[in-house]
Amino acid sequence: MEDLFKSYEGKIPDSLLEKVKEHLPPKIDRKKAEEILERVYQEFTNACVDPGESVGLIAAESIGEQGTQMTLNTFHYAGVAEMNVTVGLPRLIEILDGRKNISTPMMEIYLAAPYNKGKDIKQIALSIKENKLKDIASEFSINVAELIVEVALDEQKVNAIGIDMAKVKKAVEKALKDFNIKTKDNIISIRSSKDDGLNELYKLKEKIKEIHISGIKDVYQVLPVRRGDEFIIITAGSNLKAAFDNEYVDPIRTTTNNVCEVSDVLGIEAARQSIINEVFKVIENQGLNIDKRHMMIVADMMCNSGSIKGVTRYGVVSQKASVLAKASFETPIKHIISAALVGEEDKLNSVVENVMLNQAVPVGTGLPGLITKIKK
Amino acid sequence: MAELFLNNKFKGEVDDPKRFVSSVIEERRKGNIPLNVNVCYDEESDTVYVDGTKGRVVRPLIVVKNGKPALTDKHIQQLQKGEVVWDDLLKQGVIEYLDAAEEENTLIAFFEDELTPEHTHLELHPIALVGLTTALVPYGNYCHSTKLAIGGKNQKQAIGFYAANFSVRMDMDVNLLQTPQVPVVATIMHEISSYKEHPSGQNIVVAVMGYMGYNIEDAVVINQGSIDRGFARSTYFRPAVAEELRYAGGLTDDICIPDKDIKGYKSEVDYRYLEEEGIIYPEARVGEGDVIIGKTSPPRFLSSMDEYNLASNVRRESSVALKHGEEGIVDFILITENGEGNKLVQVRLRDSRIPEIGDKFTSRHGQKGVVGAILTQSDMPFTASGIVPDLIFSPHGIPSRMTISHLIELVGAKLGAMAGRYIDGTTFAAEDEADLRKELNSLGFRENGTETMYNGQTGEQMQAKVFVGNMYYLKLKHMVANKIHSRARGPIQLLTRQPTEGRAKEGGLRLGEMEKDTFVAHGASLLLKERFDSDKTIVPVCEECGIIAVYNEFKNKSYCPICGDNVEINNVEISYAFKLMLDEFKSLGVYPKMVLESKY
Repeated sequence: MEDLFKSYEGKIPDSLLEKVKEHLPPKIDRKKAEEILERVYQEFTNACVDPGESVGLIAAESIGEQGTQMTLNTFHYAGVAEMNVTVGLPRLIEILDGRKNISTPMMEIYLAAPYNKGKDIKQIALSIKENKLKDIASEFSINVAELIVEVALDEQKVNAIGIDMAKVKKAVEKALKDFNIKTKDNIISIRSSKDDGLNELYKLKEKIKEIHISGIKDVYQVLPVRRGDEFIIITAGSNLKAAFDNEYVDPIRTTTNNVCEVSDVLGIEAARQSIINEVFKVIENQGLNIDKRHMMIVADMMCNSGSIKGVTRYGVVSQKASVLAKASFETPIKHIISAALVGEEDKLNSVVENVMLNQAVPVGTGLPGLITKIKK
Repeated sequence: MAELFLNNKFKGEVDDPKRFVSSVIEERRKGNIPLNVNVCYDEESDTVYVDGTKGRVVRPLIVVKNGKPALTDKHIQQLQKGEVVWDDLLKQGVIEYLDAAEEENTLIAFFEDELTPEHTHLELHPIALVGLTTALVPYGNYCHSTKLAIGGKNQKQAIGFYAANFSVRMDMDVNLLQTPQVPVVATIMHEISSYKEHPSGQNIVVAVMGYMGYNIEDAVVINQGSIDRGFARSTYFRPAVAEELRYAGGLTDDICIPDKDIKGYKSEVDYRYLEEEGIIYPEARVGEGDVIIGKTSPPRFLSSMDEYNLASNVRRESSVALKHGEEGIVDFILITENGEGNKLVQVRLRDSRIPEIGDKFTSRHGQKGVVGAILTQSDMPFTASGIVPDLIFSPHGIPSRMTISHLIELVGAKLGAMAGRYIDGTTFAAEDEADLRKELNSLGFRENGTETMYNGQTGEQMQAKVFVGNMYYLKLKHMVANKIHSRARGPIQLLTRQPTEGRAKEGGLRLGEMEKDTFVAHGASLLLKERFDSDKTIVPVCEECGIIAVYNEFKNKSYCPICGDNVEINNVEISYAFKLMLDEFKSLGVYPKMVLESKY
């Protein structure tokens, strides 16, 4: 029996073979097993894409055609607890461009047991939210005579986020080096150790407002929601790395919608999956139906260099081998000049170049060549 | 203290803005301030705007004081007698023009019986709310506003009786409906705009039903019998113009029958309609390529004229001929002089346009559609009383577009036709729809407008009752005869050797980038190549330097301008556009070297 499976290795992918092995009844005669394997093999080959199928173009058309039907505007519902999220075409463009800074970064934080049961969910959510100095201060003032900036803290607000004055002072000290920091009651006074002028003081006043005090940096809004029988926290603002450091967070399921961040924190394979998921979310949200494999090939194209390349002239298009193909997309003069400078060669191996030259394009019927033995 | 802006410039401040505004209005009504000055107090910003600038949209309204309109019965009697005119009412402060800003401070009543002491103005008529063409749509208050606007827009494209002196006019590209009619269901705007003097549609019988699928997707089926009786027949006029231009050196164009030795002489047949003075005779039936006005021009480059070169000394042909696909009958000829004193000849061509499949029709409610089929009268459905509809309209056009006015007009015109009177369909002031039904019922029809109908082809009675009535239908100026176009081979552009573009130039239909993608997606690579080889050329390429070589036909030999005769040169098939691109690269100083591969 083992040799039978061995003979199908290479013909059927290993994962499929494994599954067949698993589901075969324990007592089966060899002939039947062979028949099953043969049928699986047939099914598999039927499902494979034929050589020369222009999968990339079909993926582009399949996504692009549906993209024209997307609604541009976001709909808001009054009175419903929700966050403003970029959806539809702008979001799709954002993902496929491979932007580093997306317009509405979000995280879905799954909580590790036992925190996910809903007990103290509000406290957990609030502790995740970033608090800056300006969020807990009641007043920022400048003492012109002594050249110090004074911050009056709002005790209520400080207590509400579950920290004390000492911690605030520590955080401020950590953020500001070379500064003299004193606390008296609920007032923090900051004096520059250098001999700075008044202008510097105003700059300092604005700077200290943004000092990170507690929570996860960049997370400016939190929303606990129930999903299934557990609670998760949806955040506006994303910082996956800092979230993973948190003991409440389940790092396995927690995700962000920022593809580039996924790439930085979890690696390119995760980013590829993230692209697929995010594109699929947009499409699902719009009530469209596109086969996931189209998104997979786009994601593969964006990730195959090891880092995320957007579908732009700086990203995926710049990876093309052909000068003519690059020139036919955007900024033709730039491409032709840079090709001329180094004497680039165009092998005419792809579609666009051959259309330009009025030659058969090497896809479909244009792909196969004729090989024949020549008598010597 | 409110800030005061005069013509958008700060002028000062006023203590009591409300009193200021009302006194300005008062003075304007008295005639002490120009009538086009509008004043407005914006409470939110505490600013008074006084505006007399040009370009503001203003509209007239009746002034109301203490709940009583300033326009009284006395004024109306005076108006009817002709004792006062519109301007007098303006001067008396009975009517005033408001702009958008001043309107903000007003309360305008729609109808007179709505007036309360708070009201400041009264609409002249509810129809004043909409524009001219929109007001021409009957029962507009039963119609979706966007469709109403479309209905108004469509009327501007309708073929009608555009000018009574059309026979002596030289208009560019005009159409004339041969038997125009006045609508049975009209609005007061038809009266105001003297619609009777330039109607642009016809009252026809419309059945709302599907018929053999030939009126799906907004198409309509029309009756050949109706066309034979003159439905939607129109005439298309287009002039041909020629001018005897003067050139430097005292030379001029000459309108004449060109001599045979002239450069570019067509052929004798083409000039056959020309009379002695070189102009075609009236009522000549001309077709593609026929010369309408014969003309010759002096040689092009006088300065470089070579005395010994006879060819350049010859006048050239510059006649006005009919272009590809054009035909018509010469209708009217005008010989005159233009502003510079040059002889000017205009020839008007006439061509009849009988409705055909693809012509565009519309009712007045934005319910446009093209003709999907023309059926003989015998094939059309008919009612129990023997009425055969002129046009069959698909009911699927109604629910999503919500043009209820379309349906009411159908009932209204049916009643108008049967009762022998016109129906007032003025928006907001029309005859009540319920009354229409009642009266229709009293004339022996079903009050909802439906009738029993029979299939014209089988004679079977139809199970459903069909909604039939009369309607005012418009033929729009978009006709297939002016747009039909096809090409198999034809002219190409000089630069790229690709087919020309556009119907006038007998151009090809572009197979664009996205269309190309469909071939690639199907893997139909060789078909794609074939579709794109409209500009294919065979060029000799030097194997040595990779540059396009030269073929000498006399010696039947190719040589490379760089490497000379003793190199291998092979013929390569490429698109001419690519050859052009290589030339452009060369002009940029970029060396595009082609490396040839063995074909086998």
